[in-house]
This record gives sequence, C-alpha cells and structure tokens, in this order.
Amino acid sequence: MATEPAQKLPPGPIGRWRGERIDQLAELSATPPDERGESLTRETLRRLRRSPVAMAGAAVVLVFVVIALIGPFVTPYPPLATVGLDQIRPGNIPGPSADHWLGLDHLGRDEFSRMLFGARQTLLVGVVATLIGFSAGALIGGVAGAANALGGRAGQWIDSVLMRFIDLLLAMPPLLLAFSVAAVLGRSLTAVMIAVGVAATPIFARLLRGSMIAQAHRDYVVAATALGVRRNRVVLGHVFPNSLAPVIVQATLTLATAIIEAAGLSFLGLGNPNTAVPEWGTMLAQAQDQLAVRPMLAVYPAVAIIITALGFTLLGEAMREALDPKLRT
Amino acid sequence: MARFIVRRLLQVFPTLAALSVLLFIWLRALPGGPEVALLGERATPERQAAIRDRLGLDEPILVQYARYMRELLQLDLGTSTQTRQPVLEEFLTRFPATLELTLIAMIIAIGAGIPLGYFAARRRGSLLDNLTVGGSMVGICTPIFFLAFVLKWVFGENLGWLPTFGRQSPGASATHITNLFILDGIITREWDAAWDAFLHVLLPGIAVASIPFAIIVRMTRASVLEVLGEDYVRTAESKGLTHRVIRGRHILRNALLPVVTAIGVLAGALLSGAVLTETVFAFNGIGLFVYNAIRNSDYPVLMGFIMFIAFTFVLVNLLVDISYSVIDPRVRVR
Repeated sequence: MATEPAQKLPPGPIGRWRGERIDQLAELSATPPDERGESLTRETLRRLRRSPVAMAGAAVVLVFVVIALIGPFVTPYPPLATVGLDQIRPGNIPGPSADHWLGLDHLGRDEFSRMLFGARQTLLVGVVATLIGFSAGALIGGVAGAANALGGRAGQWIDSVLMRFIDLLLAMPPLLLAFSVAAVLGRSLTAVMIAVGVAATPIFARLLRGSMIAQAHRDYVVAATALGVRRNRVVLGHVFPNSLAPVIVQATLTLATAIIEAAGLSFLGLGNPNTAVPEWGTMLAQAQDQLAVRPMLAVYPAVAIIITALGFTLLGEAMREALDPKLRT
Repeated sequence: MARFIVRRLLQVFPTLAALSVLLFIWLRALPGGPEVALLGERATPERQAAIRDRLGLDEPILVQYARYMRELLQLDLGTSTQTRQPVLEEFLTRFPATLELTLIAMIIAIGAGIPLGYFAARRRGSLLDNLTVGGSMVGICTPIFFLAFVLKWVFGENLGWLPTFGRQSPGASATHITNLFILDGIITREWDAAWDAFLHVLLPGIAVASIPFAIIVRMTRASVLEVLGEDYVRTAESKGLTHRVIRGRHILRNALLPVVTAIGVLAGALLSGAVLTETVFAFNGIGLFVYNAIRNSDYPVLMGFIMFIAFTFVLVNLLVDISYSVIDPRVRVR
C-alpha cells in the first residue's frame, strides 16, 4: 500500500477491511504487461477460456439473457391473462399439466409464461441497478482517484474526505443500505433499482479509485504528462479507461447481488407495488402467501434466482481470478 | 493501548455528527419526502399538507434541523403509529430477541464454518473440498428468506422435528429477566424453558447463519491454504511435531487472524439476515416489527430503524476496531 498517504485515519475496520480487499484487487490488476508477459486482456481471455467454472457461469448467463430477450415472444400464454381462473379453488392451485407446464399461480395465470416473462424484468432490475451503482461509484471514485493521483495537496484532501464517506457506507450491510433508500423513496420498481444501485455504489467507488491511483504511477502516464498532455486528458483519456478492468469484474458480481437484494426488498414489502408484472423477486415474495397450498410456486422463482445469481458469481469470480492469479485459492 | 482506545472513542463524535447531518438530509430532503412515503404518491394535496403541518416540514430548514437534533439527543425517535408507543422503547423491548437470534447464528456459523474450512483446505481437491466450495457458493446466492421457507417446511411442517413459530411454546411459563430467553432459563434454572427457547431459535438461527457461514468457510479455507505453504509449517512438520500441535499453534493461530477481522463484517450480514428471517418464523424481534411497519406505513418506525442501523454500525465498527487492536498491535500505530 505504498500509494495510500491520504488514508491515515480511516473511520473503522469494517469499511477499511473491505476497502483494503478492494484496493488489493485494483492494484494487482495494474501490474505492467512486461511483468505479466502479455497484454492483460489477452491473458485474461485465455485463462477464462480454459476455466470450466468460467465457461459454466458464462453459459448460465447466456441462457438467462437469451430467455430475457426472446422469452416474452414465445410464452404460451400472456403473462397477465388469468386463463385458468375457473380451476382455482380455495386451498387448491393446480400443479403442472400438459397445458400449463409449471401449473397455475393463485390467480389462474400460467406460471411457465410468467417465469419466462419474469426473466426480462429480473434482468432489467439487475442491469439498471448495477448501472446506477457503476455510474455513481465511477463518478465518486473517479473524482477521488484523479484528485489523489494528480491533484496535489488539495486533491489528497478531496480524496480523503470522499473516501471517509465511502468507507462509512462500506461498513453498512448492503441490504440495509438499500432498505434505507427504498423506505425513503416509497414503493416502486424505480425505487428498488435506485436502492440496490446505491447499495453497490461504495464498492465501485473504492475499486475505481484504487485502480486509478495504481495506474497513475505507470510509465505511460508519466510519459503523457512529460509530453505536456493536459491533466484532464491524462485522467479521462489514459488513466480512466485503463482502470476499468477490475470494475467490470465487480459489475458482473454486482448483477448477482442486485437480483438477490431486489428479491429481499420485495419480500420486505418495499418492492414493486404492481405485482401483476412478473419479476422473479416479486413472484417469490408473493408465493409466501400460497406456501401452505402450493409451495412449488416459491420454488420456481427461487431456483431461477439462485441459478442466475450463481452464473453471474461464477463468471465474476473466474474473471477476478483470471485478472489476478494470486487471488486464486 | 488505553491511549488508542481513548483516541478511537474521541473519533466517534465527529463520525456521529456527520452521520446525523447525513441522516437529516436523507430523511427530510430527498425527493418525495415523508409526506409521499407516508401517504403514497396519489394522496390528496390536503392530506399531504396536513402531514407536512404535523411534521413541521414547512418551517425553515434550520429550525427543522434544530428540532431534529434536539429529538435525537433526547433519544426521541417519535411514536409508532401501529402501537402508539415510543419507537425507541419498541426497539429496546424487541432487541434482545434479535440479539439472541444473531448470537446463535454466529455460534453456528463460526462453530461449523471454521472446522469445515480447515478440513477443506487440508484435503484440497477432495470431494469434501469441492462440496464445501460449491455449497458455500450456492449458499451465498440463495435468498435467505427462501432458505427460511425451506427449513420451516422440511424440518418444521413435514418432519415435525422443530417448532417454527415464535420464541417459546404457547402456554409455557418462564421467568424473563434479560429477555434473552435461553439465558433467562439458565439464570433461573428453568432448564425446560431454556431448552424450549433454544429449539425455537434453532431453525431461524440456521437460516440467518447461512451467509456468514459461507463467508467464514471460504475465508478460512483460503487463509489456511496460504499458511500451509509457509516455511514455519514445513519446519514444524520436519521437527516431528504432532498434527495437533501444528494445527493449533502454527496453522490456525496464523490463519484465523483475517477471519477474526471478517467477523466484524459479518455483523452486517447477521442483522440483514435477521430482518429477513424473523418474519418467516414469527420471531418477535426487530425484523418482524419493521416488516409490519412497512405494511402499515409506520413511517416513524422505518425512520427510527434507519437511524438505529446507522448508529449500531458506528458502534460495531468501534468495538471491532478496539478488539482488532488487541489482536494485532500494528493497528495501534497506524
């Protein structure tokens, strides 16, 4: 941690501990290519192709994305149509049949169609939440990183203030952070996406900052500065794009946690109030009312969430390992 | 040592001050504001105005801030609209239940996680290792309340092994001193009551423990693997020391340092887990109370809970930092 002069008084060990692990990843992925033997991207891709874990994760992610994209066009029934309402009796919801592969839900809607349709909403929540976290984190982390690396004494001060704030947020459990945002914003799908995004922001900020500071001491930055390239240009055109690798890895991992956290918020009652629109987290939260009658209604969306989250996590972890083999365990 | 603790304690005040300002902005100045959160977006302007008037939201921002700080310093978090009791009192009566649940979960997670992580690392690549790594990955990806459903359904309703409702059997008589039911039973020597409370906390405890358990297993495994490659372990082995001595003095003592640090992080996972699990088992702690507060738009309780989380984590942070400095003296000079 030679590049950490501004970190003398971090607010506490939880934020700091997570922060240091994040910094580690940021720094190690910035090892110059001559020490690695080949370009980072090529080496990473080569390692990824060889890793069965990465391929399994990528396959799951691919299937999920394909379902999300084409699912709504191939559903046997419209997801909102109560096609089997006449078959629903109190205490009896029909299970799988030839007409309805996964049976009906409590309002007589085709569960299979809702699962297919729900993939799109679930992907949407994950992607938008991750993008919000990424953008906000990139803004804060980018400013802090640039200020620390190139801003002189005032820059170090700006960086120090921003990072104390970020470390404070890092010390909070993400679900409860998301809860705090969602409770203030009120119940809506947008609120869920913003809440989960805010919960992911501190990690992105800390990661990009660490990565940018690690990049700032590389030869090409010194060279650009010596050539008289303006500071803004050095930061935006040189340091920033080269710092993105670990952030992209984190984005993959965040997609998994975002889907799980969104499900948690739905369960707590802070999710989308319009429960007619199928989304796996909402469906899972809703199925708790039908547990005694037909527990499988909870199992379908839950298993779908677990598999999808597992896919993103496996891919993300494999990417992290590929970026830095030293982290491999 | 004492100097470090005093310095660390003094640092808490600016943090708390910054936090209180942040919370004020968070709770009062965000788009929508309390009146929307309280009534929903479609409320009539008259009702919104009435709420604004009652909460004093039309007053100058500094006046509002002064009142907010006064209430905060008096530990006045408002009155719950569900129970008409002070929010802080409601939290304090329910906190022991949540504390008991999280402590049991922590014991389960540490007690099972560290040995499993250790043996997985010792037999790297074996079936046990692969199952452990795969299982912890699935554990991290499982929504915790779904795991709670499954546990309740399988062990409670189908097999009937464990109770799934509340903190003690209905009609059971027990004396409550601390409101930690297991501890109460032990203090008063009502062993039946203690055992009954323990059985009730077991299933929710396992559910809450799942994610911390997965994290501890992975960390222990990684940490032990690293230490196994150290020279001092090889030296100890070649000296002919017994496995027990090497395991205790050389491997675990060094490998567990980072794991101990991580336990502070787990406090967060435990509390979020409790919030998601208590509802499933009708376990009357803070989580269940907040769950009902969301359903009844009990705004003061929600805001109180946000403050409660924020201040709890400043406190947890402080405790972990101090205990960390006891374990690792390097922290004190930093």
